[in-house]
Parts: sequence; C-alpha cells; structure tokens
Amino acid sequence: MMTLVAWINRAVWFGTVIMFASLGEIITEKSGNLNLGVPGIMFIGGFAGFAGAYYYENAVANPNVALIVLIALLCAFVAAGLGGLIYSFLTITLRANQNVTGLALTIFGAGIANFFGVRVLNGGTSVKATFANKVFTAKIPFLSKLGTVGDMLFSYGFMVYAVIILAVVIHCVLYKTRTGLNLRAVGENPATADAAGVNVTKYKYVATCLGAGLTGLGGVYYVLDYGYGTWSTANSIEALGWLAVALVIFATWKPLNIIWGSYLFGVLYWLYNYLPTILGITIPPYATQLIQMVPYIVTIVVLVFVSFRKKRENQPPASLGLAYFREER
Amino acid sequence: MRVIATQYAVELRNITKTFGSVVANNNVSLNVRSGEILSLLGENGSGKTTLMNMLAGIYFPDSGQIIIKGTEVTIRDPHDALALGIGMIHQHFKLVDVFTAAENVALGLEGKEAFNIKEISKKVRAICERYGFDIDPAQKVYDMSVSQKQTLEIVKVLYRGADILILDEPTAVLTPQETEKLFAVIRNMKADGKSVIIITHKLHEVLEVSDRVTILCKGEYIATVETGEATELSLTEMMVGAKVTLDIGRTEPVNPVKRLAVKKLSCRNHEGVKVLDDINFDVYSGEILGIAGISGCGQKELLEAIAGLQPTLSGSSVEYYPPGEEDKPCQLLGKSAREIHERGISLAFVPEDRLGMGLVGSMGMTGNMMLKSYTEGHSFFLRSKEPRELAEQIKDELGVVTPGLNTPVRRLSGGNVQKVLVGREISSNPAVLMTAYAVRGLDINTSYTIYHLLNEQKEKGVAVIYVGEDLDVLLELCDRILVLCGGKLNGIVDARSTTKEEIGLLMTNLKAGDSNNG
Repeated sequence: MMTLVAWINRAVWFGTVIMFASLGEIITEKSGNLNLGVPGIMFIGGFAGFAGAYYYENAVANPNVALIVLIALLCAFVAAGLGGLIYSFLTITLRANQNVTGLALTIFGAGIANFFGVRVLNGGTSVKATFANKVFTAKIPFLSKLGTVGDMLFSYGFMVYAVIILAVVIHCVLYKTRTGLNLRAVGENPATADAAGVNVTKYKYVATCLGAGLTGLGGVYYVLDYGYGTWSTANSIEALGWLAVALVIFATWKPLNIIWGSYLFGVLYWLYNYLPTILGITIPPYATQLIQMVPYIVTIVVLVFVSFRKKRENQPPASLGLAYFREER
Repeated sequence: MRVIATQYAVELRNITKTFGSVVANNNVSLNVRSGEILSLLGENGSGKTTLMNMLAGIYFPDSGQIIIKGTEVTIRDPHDALALGIGMIHQHFKLVDVFTAAENVALGLEGKEAFNIKEISKKVRAICERYGFDIDPAQKVYDMSVSQKQTLEIVKVLYRGADILILDEPTAVLTPQETEKLFAVIRNMKADGKSVIIITHKLHEVLEVSDRVTILCKGEYIATVETGEATELSLTEMMVGAKVTLDIGRTEPVNPVKRLAVKKLSCRNHEGVKVLDDINFDVYSGEILGIAGISGCGQKELLEAIAGLQPTLSGSSVEYYPPGEEDKPCQLLGKSAREIHERGISLAFVPEDRLGMGLVGSMGMTGNMMLKSYTEGHSFFLRSKEPRELAEQIKDELGVVTPGLNTPVRRLSGGNVQKVLVGREISSNPAVLMTAYAVRGLDINTSYTIYHLLNEQKEKGVAVIYVGEDLDVLLELCDRILVLCGGKLNGIVDARSTTKEEIGLLMTNLKAGDSNNG
C-alpha cells in the first residue's frame, strides 16, 4: 500500500510538470504552430524561475511567501514567453521552417539555461532554493492528514491543483468563446480565418508566446517541486519536454484529456521503480530504460488507433506546421 | 464619398485593372438594380471574376468609379465590401471543415454580448426558413455536400447583412437538381429586394434565371441586354467576339495514320463525380487535334488518363498503334506512366502555377532533364553528361533565357519554364505529344515559338494533341477540334470549316438528348 501511494505521488508530480507543458503546447498548436522547442522552453522557464526565487530568498532575511511564488512564476513565464517570441518571429514573420526552428530552440534553451546556470552554481554541482522548495511543496493543511486518502489526493503543492483548474479554463476558452473559435479556425484554415476578419498573425503570436509561458511554468515546477528545489549540472528536463509533446498527440489536442493523460504518463514512466516491488520481483537495471519507453509506445499505439478511426475531431489542426501567407497577385 | 443620383444598387463606371502588362479589365461599366438578377457572361479569362473581385475588395481598381446605393465609395478590403452590404461567394469555399455550420457563420464576428452558439444557430435557422435553404446549423462542414457548403457560404454573407450578392460560377460544382434549388433560392432573394450578380458562362442558365446580361470579352465591355430579348445565338456571338486572324501557318496533314483509339473512356474524381463520360475519338499521326472546352470540363483528366496518371472506369479503352507496327495495337490503360512514356507518348501539361506538373522548381535545367532519363544506364552513379547536353541543346534551340543550366527553373520567367517543359517532351521523340495550356500566360512572340514547335512535330508525323483556351488559336493551329462539355464529348469539328460561334455553342451547350445527366 505504501508503495502504491508513493507511486501515485510520483505520477502526480511528474504529471503536473508535463501537464503545464502540454497545455502550453496545445494552445500553440491550436494556432497552427508546431513548437518542438518545448524542452528548451522548459529549461529556460525552469532556470529563470529558479534563479529569481534563489536570488530573492538569499537577498532578504525573511522572504515573503506570496512574493517568492510571484517572482518564481513571473520570471519563468516571462523568460519562457520570450523563447516563444523568438519562435514566433522566426516562423510567423520570417516564415522559417517550424520543425527546424523548434529543434534549434530546444538546443538553444538547454544551452542558455546551463550557461547562466554556471553563475548560480558558482563552481558547485548543485544549489538548492530551500525556502522556495518549502513554499512550492507545502501540503494542504488538515486535508493532507486524512490517512491514505489525504496522502493520495491532498499532499501536494498548490501548483498541482492550479494546473487542473488551468486545463478546465483552457478547455472553456477554446470551445466556449469567440476567441477560442477564432484561434481554432486559425490553426485549421488560416485563409478562411483571415477572410472572416481574424487577425491571423496576432492570434499566432499571442497563442505561441502564451503557450510558451505556460510551458515555462512546467519548467519551474520541475525545478522547485519535482526536483526538490535544486538546480544542478545534470537534469532530465529534456526527457519530460519530449513526453509533453507526445502527450499533446496522445490527448488528441484536447485539454481535458491532458489531465488524465499526464497522470497516466506519470504512472507509466515510474512503472519500473514501483511495480516490481508491488509484484515482489526484481528486474535487471538494463531493463528500466526499456520500461521507461512505455509512454512513447502508448503514444504510437494511440496514433495508430486514431488514424484507424479517422474521426476528424481527433486529427491535428489541419494547417499545423504550415506557414501562412496571404495570397497576393 | 460623394452622393451621386442613381437608380442602381451597384454601379461600376469605367473600371480599368491591369496586372503587370496584362489588361484584365479595360474601361468596363456595369450596373444592377435592387431586386434584380444580373448575369455576367464571358469566356475564361474575359475578366469577369477580376471585375467582381474589385467589388468584393480583393483587388483595387487602377481607375474608375464604384457607386453603391448612390454614394461613391472606395473598397479596400473584404471588410469594406461587407460593411457596404456586398458579399461574394467564391468558387473555392472558405470554410473550416471541423466546425459546424453555425461555428463557421460565427467565425470572425465581433460582439459585446456573451458568445452563444445557440443564439447564432437560431438566427441561421431563421435565415434558412426565410429563403428556403436546407442547412442544419449543428452539422459539421466535412459531412456536407458541395451544394450544402455553397449554401452555407451564402448564409454566411446573409447573416452579415449583405444585400448585394455576387456568386462566382455557382453552378459549376452542382448537379442539375441542386442548380434548380439554388435558382429557387436566388429568386427568393430577388423577391426580398436583394441584388444578385451571377458570374457564369452557361447560356441556358443565363436565360433561365437572370433579368439582364452583361457580356465581357477579353477584358472589354461588350454590351448589356435584357434577357427577354436575348437568344443563345446572340449571346454566343457577343461572348466569343469577332474572329481575329493570327497567321499561324498550317499545313495539310501528310498521310495520316491512326495512332490512338480512345473508346468509352470514363473516369470519376475523388468526390465520385464522373468527370469523363463515355469519350470516343481517334488521333492520327501528322495532325494537330485541338481540345476545346470551358476550364474543368475533363481536359486534364482526359490527357492524364491517356498518360497513365488517372484511374479509369472499367470498360474504358485507349489503344495505341505504334509507328511501323500499326497492325499491332496495344492497350495503354493499366500500364504505368513510365511504360506509356517509354512507348512514345509524351505529356506536357502546363498547370496554372506552371511548376505543378513535370518540373521540379528547385532543380536546374539539367536536373529536370534527368528526371526523364535517370533510369537509363547501368552504373550506380547518375549519368549527367547526356542530360546536360540536352539542356544545352534546348537552351540554344528554343532560346531559353537562363543564367545557367543549374539555375533553379523556378527563377526563370514563365515563358522560359514552359519552353523547358515542352522542349524536354519533344526531345524524347514522341509518337504522340500531348500539350495542355502550353501558351498559358505567355506573350505573343513566345506563343508563336511554341506554335511553330508543335507544327514542326506535326510535319515530322507526330500525333499532336493540343488543349487550349484561345479559340482563335485553336481555329488556326489545329486540324480537327474536339469539344468537351461537362465531361462529355460534344462534337468533333473540322477546324478549317467551323466557326467560332459553332465551337462556342458546343462548349456551353450540351447537345439535345445528352443533357439529362450533364
């Protein structure tokens, strides 16, 4: 039972990281931009959020809870949003190839985060933002003490709950508002949206930057909660970034599917660590990485399944990955 | 904005529009009253759509006045047009496939009240009832037929308050029953006081639905007549214009031999519509067979079927009589495109964008020559010497202007691209040479170069098939002219004795007895 609860906890923490990133990527992709820079943007957001919180808590004697949350989130959101802006400028204004730009951004993000990370590390291999970690992992009072139920449902930091609300809000905006309708039209058929008077360029820019900002929040959650508040020379943000991209496909571009999909990915990703204990078997170390492939395999299976069913609602936005330019003669 | 006394809802005065050196509209005037249906009639390329695009805000006129309901206006973009109550339904629908009808109507609308798709659906339903449309607001566009999509486009502009509607060849994609339904709706709109302009080249539709007809020919305004006073013949005469003499040399065919026998050729497009229906004809060596027709009547499919690029329905047959072995005909259908090409049947198709078929834009002349010869030779490496020599030869003989043989052909001007394409097909010494729109967009001199090339081939005994748009050229270049109308063969005429009017009538009018499923 203990192992099972620990497994679920792991899955939820893990799921929260990729949920932020996937929600951001959904908004981006709904505008027709396939941003493969997710891992890089998570790096940028994670580092900026960590650095903001770390410098703040070391600069003042009594750091303020609300302020440190605000600083961490704002730094992550703005820095990651800037990453989105680079992507937008290259792909929307200059009409560069989206895949190449995204991959370049992934490499760039990891590079720039590690470049500035050296200053924060100051010669060491890892530093810890202790206070920020405490704030981000603070459990819900009373409810978290309710035995097993409390451990499973209420023993997480505030961002775990915030991201679920965020998913529902994004769903409502996409499917229940004019803005959402216009955004989806831009991703499906920009020429039609343009003819109907939607400012395609504006929608693409805003969606991509906003999406990148949310992706960056996944990065800061990774560092300050999932990663125990430490910034180190070695971390696995990139692996989670790619899983977030896979999750968007798995969820067939629907925010509500992201909620359960991300936890499922968390369960599958940590399968190697907990399932053998529960079953009472031991697996050789070389098999763990094989087992960690499961989420990717599931995504491929889902892709095959979706393409069999051919349901139009489950397909990617029709103009995903294509640059739009108005026909001129 | 100036107020001008007028009895018309729309008045265009002396509109001129040029694209580069091409005059699309020259001094054209037109007017429509409220509660009136006007047909805008003309051949392909006569400037009908360009003129209406200026009213819809897609193009801006070089000179001339647009007067809407007595006020002189400037229309800069589609929004200005819509604000003035002008809505245009284009041939290519602008709809989002995964959205419902109501969502498509709502797209781009601004409003201060809360977004409520039910409210919009209700209004859509009200419009449908008023004019007799058959649309379910909750239906997804990908589930709709072409006619429903068109209806949705009309509902979209009506929802936005348009009272001047322009329909660009609305019946081109419809079945006769759907056309009847559309006309009923158009009459309802007319009764409601709206002005409707229909761009078309189908004469019987003009006579059936419109009150007046304005005729354009080659960008020039010809006349406006009351439909009641017009006949198919009088309209055709105005539409095709006077005959122009071009002086393209034409020789008599020298001992023609049967090369191709096309029998019962039929095929469907991906929507399942029959685009070719029971086509029968023969092609002879040493002659140029012209193919005339309104665009999209099956010309492309016909050539592609012969070249092995288009699946055909069972029962179709294309027999080929190879030179020297005329007694041993072979069936072409079912063979691969490469095999057909190797047997000496060449296709040079010039699509609207020129690079779509046959040439790779980012490769140079040499590379494009290699596309047809890369399987020759047995070495692992490509043989580039022969293609380079061929490219050199085409460049010199046809006068292709290019900085170098390896300059991407995309960077060449249209005429030069076409020379490369036609030159390559001729160089393989075909027995049958098919060209489509070979002079599309070319200036006069380059066009003549191409005509001479085709004539040379004819004199060499090649069977040439020439799909063209300009009737004057077809009349002077070809020996026989085959006329397609809505995927059917509507007649083969002798180019030496026929008239423009006869061809014009064949193009626009299915012969009696054939029109039941056209």
